[in-house]
Amino acid sequence: MSDIPSTAAKPAYVRPLDLKHGRIDLTHGAGGRASHQLIETVFRPAFAQTWPGGWQDGGDDGALLPDMPLTPGTAGGKLVMATDAHVVSPLFFPGGDIGSLAVHGTVNDLAMMGARPLYLSVSFILEEGLPLSELQRVVQSMARAAREAEVAIVAGDTKVVERGKADGLYISTTGLGQCRPGVQLSGRLAQAGDAVLLSGTVGDHGVAILSQREGLRFDAPIASDCAALHGLVAHMLDTGAALRVLRDPTRGGLATTLNEIAVASGVGMQLDESAIAVNPTVAAACEFMGLDPLYMANEGKLIAICAASDAERLLNAMRAHPLGRQACHIGHVTAGPAGQVRMRTTFGGQRMLDWLMGEPLPRIC
Amino acid sequence: MKYVSEFRDPQLAQQLAQAMANEVHPDRLYRFMEFCGGHTHALARYGVLDLLPSQVQMIHGPGCPVCVLPIGRIDMAIEVARRPGVILASYGDTLRIPASKGLSLMGARAQGADVRVVYSVDDALQLARTWPDREVVFLAIGFETTTPPTAVAIQTARREGLRNFSVLCNHVLTPAAMHAILDQPEPVALDGLVGPAHVSTIIGSRPYEVFASDYHLPVVIAGFEPLDVMQAVLMLIRQVNEGRAEVENEFTRAVNREGNARAIALTDEVFALRDQFEWRGLGSMPHSALRLGDRYADMDAELRFALSTRVVPDHPRCECGPILRGHKRPQDCVLFGTICTPDQPTGACMVSSEGACAAHYRYGRHQADEVAA
Repeated sequence: MSDIPSTAAKPAYVRPLDLKHGRIDLTHGAGGRASHQLIETVFRPAFAQTWPGGWQDGGDDGALLPDMPLTPGTAGGKLVMATDAHVVSPLFFPGGDIGSLAVHGTVNDLAMMGARPLYLSVSFILEEGLPLSELQRVVQSMARAAREAEVAIVAGDTKVVERGKADGLYISTTGLGQCRPGVQLSGRLAQAGDAVLLSGTVGDHGVAILSQREGLRFDAPIASDCAALHGLVAHMLDTGAALRVLRDPTRGGLATTLNEIAVASGVGMQLDESAIAVNPTVAAACEFMGLDPLYMANEGKLIAICAASDAERLLNAMRAHPLGRQACHIGHVTAGPAGQVRMRTTFGGQRMLDWLMGEPLPRIC
Repeated sequence: MKYVSEFRDPQLAQQLAQAMANEVHPDRLYRFMEFCGGHTHALARYGVLDLLPSQVQMIHGPGCPVCVLPIGRIDMAIEVARRPGVILASYGDTLRIPASKGLSLMGARAQGADVRVVYSVDDALQLARTWPDREVVFLAIGFETTTPPTAVAIQTARREGLRNFSVLCNHVLTPAAMHAILDQPEPVALDGLVGPAHVSTIIGSRPYEVFASDYHLPVVIAGFEPLDVMQAVLMLIRQVNEGRAEVENEFTRAVNREGNARAIALTDEVFALRDQFEWRGLGSMPHSALRLGDRYADMDAELRFALSTRVVPDHPRCECGPILRGHKRPQDCVLFGTICTPDQPTGACMVSSEGACAAHYRYGRHQADEVAA
């Protein structure tokens, strides 16, 4: 034991965050010690696991990324960047939460460009009064989703707003990914004669959220389909099929996404309603609320448009992946009328499938 | 869901289509009005119109609560919503109806009025409980189907002593609108009526008997599933062919002749007939709508806030009126699909998800393209 008295200054006392009962207050967003404590206690331990090489102690505002090429063993395709804001309410829902959604949403935006997602940055807007336990659940869920998607969360920001100015918490994520060389996918590339494929049932996420929000209970629970799709996309790209468009039908659902593609490519589409799979509980819930599952949001499904000659091969590949087991060939691209999506109903009649108008609202009577 | 899928069986649809094709007389026209917007949408959404024989012409009727709400009543709702301390609770569709001076309830909300979207009158009641220092006004609209829930809410508010809850009542009556359609100075040529099932679950089938007896018009009350509507059209074709004019009930699974006695008694207890009420497209009609009865006058928003109705003309080129009266089709309106679209509606038939123009825009526009081609 040394007889020399310690001259080191006593560290400033910082009350540990009470993660069980504590709540977000405005100091957590003020950029001072409380902000730092929040980052060190909640964000860093979770997100450092997604990228062991990152999260250096420099307090830098940006992340320094490794030299290109980013993907080992490739010549280095084009970089893709995407950003997405998430304002879902409630924060937790069957099948996911705002944290996993914030990772999957941006991962899927990158994947739909044919890119392998590599890095994410994240921005939190927290509402004063948010329980710290909820924030930690969300952050841990984000970290888990990022690890599973093999994407690193490398940079972030936190702001706190006064009570009543946000709905608990909002999350924005920005992602960076890299395409395989030669891969070019765009909503502008659909051609007459191409096949339209869908990876599974539609409407699960939108109905899960709505039924939770409205306090509706159904015999069979409806879970969100929230999932990262880049693995399925990689599997599809491996086939070498002539893929033209990949798109995840999120807000506005299948119908609106197909309309977006039809307009962007200047083509029409002809669908077959009987080929579009809807989970029976989702169909029943939509019936009950007077809603159409074709307009309800999805967070784990994709639309693929490819050369007709490659459709069968691509479909088989999709079905061999856990996220594409129920993949179906739902229609084809037509030369016109440009921007119009039509559907042969189960009855054998024809109808238009238009864009979503406004928010889906239950009917009055 | 099995209960629903039974009414969407494609094979049954083909059989019904074949039966209709076999039974129509090739040299005559069958003009049937589907009164309710729910039927209009079932016909369009499931492509049923393509399955009907060319001799059958479906004419859209005025059965949509949003479409028949005149501009003056929306103006009234906006006026009360702008009063200090008021929360106006409204169904979402109603928020977008264009009112006077380029406004709508949504526009009024953007300017600071406290307008909240509710999914049911219970949500409005809950707002009143949550905000005891504010005046919560429920903008009540709808035919006989939505009237009993409003009555229950009014009685609940009375029982709970909620003094800050009132109702701006726009509940309207189906038989009155049918009379108005059939008694027009220039009547629409009709061979039959498809009656609304939801309404009939409340009022029964008896109120339609006058149309069969006095106007010699076949009536079939039908559910809103596509097979229900097809079955009803087949039943109407048969009545026409046999020279019969009767009220038949396709929706026997929920409708009887007398209706729901409890709901009718509740409505009678809480509401009273208005002497006159203006309908969009149909004009002012006697005894065609409800107000709060004298015992509940303290919860009548029109009295509580001293509101008065103004008659405001529609856009001069908007054809909602003739469309609601069955004289024109959506595609006959020069505004349709040009300056009147679901995103920027001019008329209520385009605003409402149950409206005839919205149905044609969303599901049936391709037919116009094919004709043009």
